[in-house]
Amino acid sequence: MTVRPPIAMLAELTHRCPLSCPYCSNPVELTRVDRELDTDTWKSVLRQAADLGVLQLHLSGGEPASRRDLEELVSAARDAGLYTNLITSGIGLSERRLKALDDAGLDHIQLSLQGTNPEMADEIGGYAGGFKRKMMVADWIGAIGFPLTLNAVLHRRNLHQLPRAIEMAVEMGARRIEVATVQFHGWALKNRDTLMPTRAQAREADTIVAEARARLKGTLVIDYVPADYHSDYPKRCMGGWGTTGLNIAPDGKVLPCHAAETIPHLSFDNVRDRPLRDIWDHGAAFDAYRGTDWMQEPCRSCDRAKVDFGGCRCQAMAIVGDAAATDPVCIKSPHHGALEARAAAHSEAEADLIYRSPPLRSVEPAE
Amino acid sequence: MEGGAIPYLPRGVRLHHDRVREAWVLLAPERAIMLDAVGHAILSEIDGERSFSEITEALAVTYNAPAEDIAKDSAGFLGALRERRFLEVRS
Repeated sequence: MTVRPPIAMLAELTHRCPLSCPYCSNPVELTRVDRELDTDTWKSVLRQAADLGVLQLHLSGGEPASRRDLEELVSAARDAGLYTNLITSGIGLSERRLKALDDAGLDHIQLSLQGTNPEMADEIGGYAGGFKRKMMVADWIGAIGFPLTLNAVLHRRNLHQLPRAIEMAVEMGARRIEVATVQFHGWALKNRDTLMPTRAQAREADTIVAEARARLKGTLVIDYVPADYHSDYPKRCMGGWGTTGLNIAPDGKVLPCHAAETIPHLSFDNVRDRPLRDIWDHGAAFDAYRGTDWMQEPCRSCDRAKVDFGGCRCQAMAIVGDAAATDPVCIKSPHHGALEARAAAHSEAEADLIYRSPPLRSVEPAE
Repeated sequence: MEGGAIPYLPRGVRLHHDRVREAWVLLAPERAIMLDAVGHAILSEIDGERSFSEITEALAVTYNAPAEDIAKDSAGFLGALRERRFLEVRS
């Protein structure tokens, strides 16, 4: 098979983060601080990515501002010809650092929103004063003139704040908002009993987004990730496994998606050991679910096989126990009915938030 | 688009030559739009100074095509970019 080059790369610079959101998409096994790639290795990876065909670089984490060399990495990425997008909570960014990022050539900022008021945002983020600080950061971003996307992560506890989140995006001068209903991977899987939206909430969000899209046409672009347990067809995860994007973990592991480590039989190459091009073209984890040869029924003979590529491999693994199965979100999956029942049960359950814990700083001393 | 309107690419949107795919792309926040020869020709004329009618008249001369046809095609293409906030206009 001829492998097309990737368009986008998510660089998880670190798993460190001042926030501890209970839906964090980082793996439950976080990368230790002393295993993070150093500055020079990251720079090499950025150049290799550009040579491979990557156009869009998403600098993420954890909180990427936790890396002191963020400005240097942005500069290196621009020199390599990449479009640089910073995905941040804003915590850890000062006005001075934002100006340095501007000087380094940062193209765009995506600012996360945990809630539309301090009570909600600080409870979900697990960080007192976070909302107030984020609003200051939003002002600085606007004053410098960075193009801004607001990324509102929504779930049962804060879906009622969606209209206000859209208003806030307009007030901040954002060109775009991502209305992202929590996807249940990583830490979010532990929190389904408290975060799962009800079916009624999911349908109401559909209506709010449709109305706002029409009303704000030409002012605010709304990208919408619906509540997928309550959908009939699965998401086209990663645009198709190994077709569009790749993810570099803080320790240099190269993943087809950020949750791929939850598929236990996959093994992942590391940029410390193998050139990025070689990993993309021939790495076992990328080959595993590329194209359609790996598919089972009902995907194999389905006319949507190349529309959604069977949905999310990690979700098939997590729910059905087989990463090559049809994503159970699909109405054609034999497990869809069970998923619907499970979603309903989660959406009616009550539970406390289980917060993400911080990554270890170094190896724990042996007993 | 009005003939006198002056289109420009806002901060964070830029033309980029993709040396791997040997093609021109428009890079924008979290998007990369592959351009065909026509799209590239139109966007290359946008300098933030000339009006839409000046641009389409220049294209008509370069490509030896009726100015009305060029204006119609360009307005559709640029209008779609404007809706996605990849293009701004000042009067």
